[in-house]
Amino acid sequence: MVVLRKELKKGARGFIVWTLAITFMLVVCIVIYPEMKGEIEGVQDIFSNMGAFSDAFGMNQLNFGTLIGYYGIECGNTLGMGGGFFAAIIGISILSKEEKNRTAEFLLTHPIRRSRVIVEKLFAVLIQVVIFNLFVTAMGYLTIKIIGESVPDKEFLLIHMGYFLLQLEIALICFGFSAFIKRGGVAIGVGFATFMYFANLLSNITEKTEFLKYITPFAYADPASIVSDRALDVFLVTLGMCYAVLAVLIGFLRYSEKDIAS
Amino acid sequence: MKKVIVIKNLCKSYGKVKAVNDISFDVMEGEIFAFIGPNGAGKSTTIRTLLGLIKADKGEVRVMGLPFKKSKTYLKDIGYLPSEAIFYNNMRVGEVITYSAKLRGVDCTDEARRLCEIFEVDTKKRVDQLSLGNRKKLGIICAMQHKPKLYIMDEPTSGLDPLMQKEFFKLIHSRQQEGATVFLSSHVLSEVQNNCDKAAIIKEGKIVAVDSIEQLAKRNSAKKVTLRGVTDLPYGIEYTPDSEGEDWISFFYNGEIKKLISQLGRMKITDLTITEPDLEEVFMHYYK
Repeated sequence: MVVLRKELKKGARGFIVWTLAITFMLVVCIVIYPEMKGEIEGVQDIFSNMGAFSDAFGMNQLNFGTLIGYYGIECGNTLGMGGGFFAAIIGISILSKEEKNRTAEFLLTHPIRRSRVIVEKLFAVLIQVVIFNLFVTAMGYLTIKIIGESVPDKEFLLIHMGYFLLQLEIALICFGFSAFIKRGGVAIGVGFATFMYFANLLSNITEKTEFLKYITPFAYADPASIVSDRALDVFLVTLGMCYAVLAVLIGFLRYSEKDIAS
Repeated sequence: MKKVIVIKNLCKSYGKVKAVNDISFDVMEGEIFAFIGPNGAGKSTTIRTLLGLIKADKGEVRVMGLPFKKSKTYLKDIGYLPSEAIFYNNMRVGEVITYSAKLRGVDCTDEARRLCEIFEVDTKKRVDQLSLGNRKKLGIICAMQHKPKLYIMDEPTSGLDPLMQKEFFKLIHSRQQEGATVFLSSHVLSEVQNNCDKAAIIKEGKIVAVDSIEQLAKRNSAKKVTLRGVTDLPYGIEYTPDSEGEDWISFFYNGEIKKLISQLGRMKITDLTITEPDLEEVFMHYYK
């Protein structure tokens, strides 16, 4: 586990910054809720009747007047975009940074199999995604309790589970991309996460673009559907996890065989 | 003697460019073997193939009897020094040395400490603060701390000061005495001549000569003649001009020495030296 330990240590600073930044934004969103509550109730009808805009962000289904509705939309966007970017960045750079920083030659001329390197780096990504989500979920829940509000536990946990799976899928797909990239790739990772986010908005707007829900993880992590169904869409989650596993397998095969850039 | 490295008909191309084109040679156990050639000749490609970093298009590579596909098995017995030693920037020197040892699954604390003392390396320094020479020293320590059976070193002395170069070759010779084999590439032909047993010369991806250093130097049977006090070349003999200065001139002569002396006797020379050409001159001969 030498490579795993080094990856976690090396990535610690970035991980802490991302985790604290997203937690901070989430906590701020929750803390201002009591003040916003009264005002939101007055504009709830406007928010839910803005046509395609409301459909895109799920505001036609969620009630802004309840904390879970507010949390799903406001905090959901923070977690979805922020968490998605975080997952994309750690996934896309984990293998490619060795070639980009020209340390691959140092690492791979030691008696360690490439498959071992891939597995340990994959675990480093998984551990960071899991700890990130545990911390953010715990801090969100704690803040809600501190401000004296309450949310239905099941919906709250399902929203976070949805975002955890979303980040997992994005991180693993980007991990697969990482095996093909020789120089960096952060822009590709962030671009991929952004594309998936907008694909979900588009899939919510019209039936013609509804097919996009089968490719974007933001579809099964959409708080509007989770809160109204009180469940995750198992089919979409399974499909997303299949994409993730496939990407990792392709990345594994590619990295095991590729010529390492000098 | 066992063959530690066997390269047979190795070919490797990058797109349409043939980096290595059908090269073959062996390195025997206990040898210090030099791999000589200018930049882009195919030295690093050959070395990277031996280490399993890149795959050969054709041909066979065996290290310690094992094929290329088993590179991870033989890497535990190899100490590799790349031409440009690059490490993880946010680590300290001591951390890199320990990380390298841990990746090998061995405890090299004592040997690493000894090597750090020899090369005067500060283990507390951050890698990104190291000069080129100090990065090279760190690379040497990582390559030598586990006392491998085979050293593969790409331009090991580039960036080292003369004292450190001396220390490096002292270490290499002591490891050779202990039975290790050394395969190194170099541009410094004098150090190859002084420290290596055998050499292969590579040109444009092809091996042009493989032999002992002594035999390589003898291959060019011409003597190098330097005359002082004159600037004109002698008449009546065949020679190859070499170089000239304000009051001296040198050339290569491959004919009868009696005839040369007779011709020189007619010239107003103040000094004469006749020497065997050094490896650099042989090397230049192959590259003309």
